[in-house]
Amino acid sequence: MSTTAPPRRSEAPVAVRPQRRRKVDAAFYVMLLPALALFTLLIIGPALAGMYFSVTNYVGYGEYSFVGLANYLVLFTDPRILAAYGFTLGFSVVAVLLVNAIALFLAVLLNSKIRFKTALRGVFFIPMVVSGIVIAYVFNYIFSTSLPAVFGSLGITAWSSSILANESWAWVAVVIVTAWQAIPSALIIYLAGLLAIPEEVYEASSLDGATPWRQFTAITLPLVAGYVVINTVLGFKNFLNAYDIIVGLTNGGPGTATSSVAMTIFTGFTSGDYAYQMANAVVFFIITVVISVLQLRIINRRGVSL
Amino acid sequence: MAVAADPATVEAAAKGARRNEGHQHTGGAVSGRASRSAWALTGVLLLCGLTVVLPLYLTVTMAFKTPEQSVDGNGFSLPAPFNPGSFADAWNLVGFPTAFVISVVVAAASVAGAIVLASLAAYAIVRNWENKLFKYSYFYLLAAMFIPFPVIALPQVKLTAFLSLDNPAGVAVLHILFQLSFSVLLYSAFLRSIPEELEESARLDGATTWQVFWKLVFPLLAPMNATVGIFAFLAAWNDFMMPSLITSNPDLQTIPVIQQIFQSSFSTDYNVAFASYLMAMAPTIIVYVFAQRWVMSGVTRGAIK
Repeated sequence: MSTTAPPRRSEAPVAVRPQRRRKVDAAFYVMLLPALALFTLLIIGPALAGMYFSVTNYVGYGEYSFVGLANYLVLFTDPRILAAYGFTLGFSVVAVLLVNAIALFLAVLLNSKIRFKTALRGVFFIPMVVSGIVIAYVFNYIFSTSLPAVFGSLGITAWSSSILANESWAWVAVVIVTAWQAIPSALIIYLAGLLAIPEEVYEASSLDGATPWRQFTAITLPLVAGYVVINTVLGFKNFLNAYDIIVGLTNGGPGTATSSVAMTIFTGFTSGDYAYQMANAVVFFIITVVISVLQLRIINRRGVSL
Repeated sequence: MAVAADPATVEAAAKGARRNEGHQHTGGAVSGRASRSAWALTGVLLLCGLTVVLPLYLTVTMAFKTPEQSVDGNGFSLPAPFNPGSFADAWNLVGFPTAFVISVVVAAASVAGAIVLASLAAYAIVRNWENKLFKYSYFYLLAAMFIPFPVIALPQVKLTAFLSLDNPAGVAVLHILFQLSFSVLLYSAFLRSIPEELEESARLDGATTWQVFWKLVFPLLAPMNATVGIFAFLAAWNDFMMPSLITSNPDLQTIPVIQQIFQSSFSTDYNVAFASYLMAMAPTIIVYVFAQRWVMSGVTRGAIK
């Protein structure tokens, strides 16, 4: 398959260092094949099938016919779908901001001169190994029973009802639990970023009379900016697909106040609008990619290298 | 929203600054001021750590309460009297042993599959980079980072049912494939740093490509195997979304899914519910506590790649 002219016969064996193999050992194909085959069959295949069904009126079984972009057109006027996108995007933005702010704050603290450093780090990473839905059930009890009881006994009647039953504020509970679980992975990345900043930079700047605040904005922040972007990209990727924690916490309620896009897509199994929800999934996929690409664009424009 | 985040950032800045002040004292004896600030920072962190520990404390204390005490008050009181019986109830009610075995098998298969499939693919790709097929395969596999499960769940559920993979085996295979992009990325980056000369000399001694891989390359990949393995394990062990949709038989569900299945059966027996949650959480937390250093270094390697 090589496009370069084949070497003259006399040349090949003379080379002292083994030439780059022009002919690929068959073993390499066998090594790559299982990954490619399974991946194509079980990931790309369904993805293409989904796109195909999104322009049909397939209900999950039986016959179907082409309906063009009808599903997509209905999608953009469906209040249930729009609400799910509104909730998911809004929740993701808040969660990304909150997780990054707290993780950076904790990273700077954990990287400073403190007591019990190893033990403290150990504690902050525990949420990473806990199952999302299980901890959501624990928080479900905290929000619906513990906190109302505590606030009730303190006489704060305004807060003595469950936040999970409050249509306007239930999303806050989802953000809190999501942040609780997502902070460790962001924290690890920030800690790695802070360790990479040489001590001398701070020493030199303080000799020049830089204030601590100036050091943070002029040295720490620019040097961890690349890590902020990584955490933002990874955060959006996770939060946009929010499901487990919401199931354990509110199950999409009250009403549909905390229904994520993933939850609405999964209703395609039972509600008979299989093709319609596939169109939803395709739109959701495009939005996910656009958000990721935009974020990567922003890094490139700001000249931050990853 | 941004306003809510700002105070924390400002505070982070202040702490960051104090940290650097502390460093200036490292040359001489630790001054009283540096020591005081160290204790102050430790105090702040301990307070933050409480938010991590409180839900876990609640889980433990609730699990050991009697049914009467568990419906009383805000839940944070210590168990009195001490009632370990909730665990037996939860164990039997949710069919914990079966779920545990299935979770272990799914997680183990995901770890082994992710390591073998991704390391083989990455090795073939990196060592044949100038070949178009291998090069494009790399970008093909990597593109999947942008395909999350919800996007393809509907057709995937149909496909797995059609292939008789609507069971824990299918869940394990899908976990492997959703980890594939990330794992191949990690292995490729690591493999590029391993000089090829070693392999060439082994090859000159008559070793086949397979022997070179298993005897020479795979052992060198050990740190990355650990990293890929940890991520694959955590993803498979803790996942609820995929097994709940893929596995059609509720008797073959993993631990996180049975928590949801039995949610209504727990009713107001909070002690049984929390005993069940604790049994679900305990395995990973215990492993993490004992292998903390190892897990952290593995995860950090994955984070900075």
